Amino acid sequence: MYWRDIFSFITQVLNRQRFRTIVLWVAISIGVVAVNLLTALGEGAKTFVLDEFNLLGRNTLITLPGKKETKGGMPPITGESPRSLTLEDARAVSRLSGVKTVAPLVLGNVDVSYAGKLREVMLVGTSRSFFLIRHLEVAQGQLLPDSGLQRGEAVCVIGNKLRKELFTGKSALGEWVRAGGSRFRVIGVLKESGTSFGFDMDDVIIIPVQSAQSLFNVDGLFRLFTEVRTYQQLPDVKRKIVELLKQRHEGEEDVTVISQDAMLSSVQDILDTLTAAVAGIASISMLVAGILIMNMMIITVSHRTKEIGLLKALGATAATVRLLFLCEAGLIAIVASVSGLAFSHLVLMLANGYFDDIQFHSPWWSQLGSVLLAMVFALLFAWLPAQRAAALAPVDALQGKQQRGEK
Amino acid sequence: MIELKHLEKRFQIGDQTVHALDDVSLSITKGEYISVMGPSGSGKSTLMNILGLLDRANSGEYWLDGVNVSALDEAERTRLRSEKIGFVFQSYHLLARLTARENIELPMVLSGVPSKERKLKVDAVLEKLSLIDRAHHSPNQLSGGQRQRVAIGRAIVMKPSILLADEPTGNLDSKSGADVTLLLEALNEEGITLIMVTHDLAIGARARRQLNMLDGRINDERIT
Repeated sequence: MYWRDIFSFITQVLNRQRFRTIVLWVAISIGVVAVNLLTALGEGAKTFVLDEFNLLGRNTLITLPGKKETKGGMPPITGESPRSLTLEDARAVSRLSGVKTVAPLVLGNVDVSYAGKLREVMLVGTSRSFFLIRHLEVAQGQLLPDSGLQRGEAVCVIGNKLRKELFTGKSALGEWVRAGGSRFRVIGVLKESGTSFGFDMDDVIIIPVQSAQSLFNVDGLFRLFTEVRTYQQLPDVKRKIVELLKQRHEGEEDVTVISQDAMLSSVQDILDTLTAAVAGIASISMLVAGILIMNMMIITVSHRTKEIGLLKALGATAATVRLLFLCEAGLIAIVASVSGLAFSHLVLMLANGYFDDIQFHSPWWSQLGSVLLAMVFALLFAWLPAQRAAALAPVDALQGKQQRGEK
Repeated sequence: MIELKHLEKRFQIGDQTVHALDDVSLSITKGEYISVMGPSGSGKSTLMNILGLLDRANSGEYWLDGVNVSALDEAERTRLRSEKIGFVFQSYHLLARLTARENIELPMVLSGVPSKERKLKVDAVLEKLSLIDRAHHSPNQLSGGQRQRVAIGRAIVMKPSILLADEPTGNLDSKSGADVTLLLEALNEEGITLIMVTHDLAIGARARRQLNMLDGRINDERIT
């Protein structure tokens, strides 16, 4: 038989049995859509989370006070450590070769008040470099002065939300606000950047690190960000920081230095597993579609026993009959996959138009995979009925008998 | 051209063995017109199925144009069937989703005849059977006699040398039945070997050679 003839034969069958065709079409489409949407969801979440982490840039090392005692597990997030990481340590690190800049970090909550209004926000004590490392920009005014970690000035940069709450329309620049027990002059307002990395950067007050230390009466740092000059120097600088701080802390290795990559790769692993699991669950819907195909095909074979007998009497070989049934399933699977893919793209397009922060896109492997899976399942599950049809003896089939000797 | 030697066909029904064909030997020459008659269960349908290569005998030999077809595999029998044998059934067996034209075309589609050649041959058959104005009707728009004509068209489109008709007039009124019989006889006049199973004694008597079957044996043969 010519392919063109096979195609027109099949389309006539599919057209004749429209209800069955539509049911199979919808079932396979749903499978393809499910796989694509769920993987897009997983991939979207992964991209979103990785972007959050990426805010720091991959040239950044994070030093935390405290040492994890055993291999594996997460480093202490807010662990108590015997010896604090000090501003002196930060200065020493900044003098290491390969280090571009360092940004110390002290965190705390304070009440900020202005003209009788009071708001509790997060206070970030840091240096000018922090803005560069975190890619923060000011909408008005300027960044913290570059005072080289020497002295703490009574100035602050505030988040945009805080500005709105305290100043309601008035210009904030040059005004003095009270934070904790001290007064700070507003020299800059941050551009709106939304929540990132767990901080709401629109609702913060940023002051020089020394000012924060005296405000909270601490001499330790919460974190120390170190940006290296080139990515190649990262492992080298990491080792040097550990050595330097060990030496400064009387031979005790009591800090943890982590790189962006280490964090990223573990987060990525988790999210990849999640995506794979979700895609796996979606594949089950494909399996269900496959079983539906098998059932429908078996019913078709019994309904069309006489026709199969006739085709054989008219010169169709067993191979031709099998081919006709397999192509029928294959054709439905192709059409359903394509429409399923188109539908998933439409849904993703709408979702991406609706959500700004998080973008969903179905990766190529899931698109290809879902189509292949649909084809494989369709053909696999059509194989048994097709084989059954091909094996029918023409004489029995013509009389509508499915098995020999059945009357 | 057809030579049957000691054909046996047994069916197992429950724990009873039924001899559908019991040592049947038969020789048919090209262009013969044969009717096969007999009561139900006498083995005439089984004989037709075996002659049409739709079924195999349990023992004995079937020679078709010098080839022992009992020994061939299913694919080769299928090829021979499509080249040499045309079938006409009592209930027409037309595909309802296809038009008259497409039904006639079907055997050529299945055996891979190019579509240009198909068109010419189908046109010729439609012309011959005066079905041209019915070519694009589907079977359920046709009368019984027209349906059987379409089925005959399908049987002869591959230009077979043997035409096997199993009760071709069984579902038709006497007028359409007579038309169909005349058509089959006209084809026989042109040289096709016509073998027809029938219950109708009047129609059976028209054949030059009449076989009467009983209990799986040819118990009477008459040549007029």
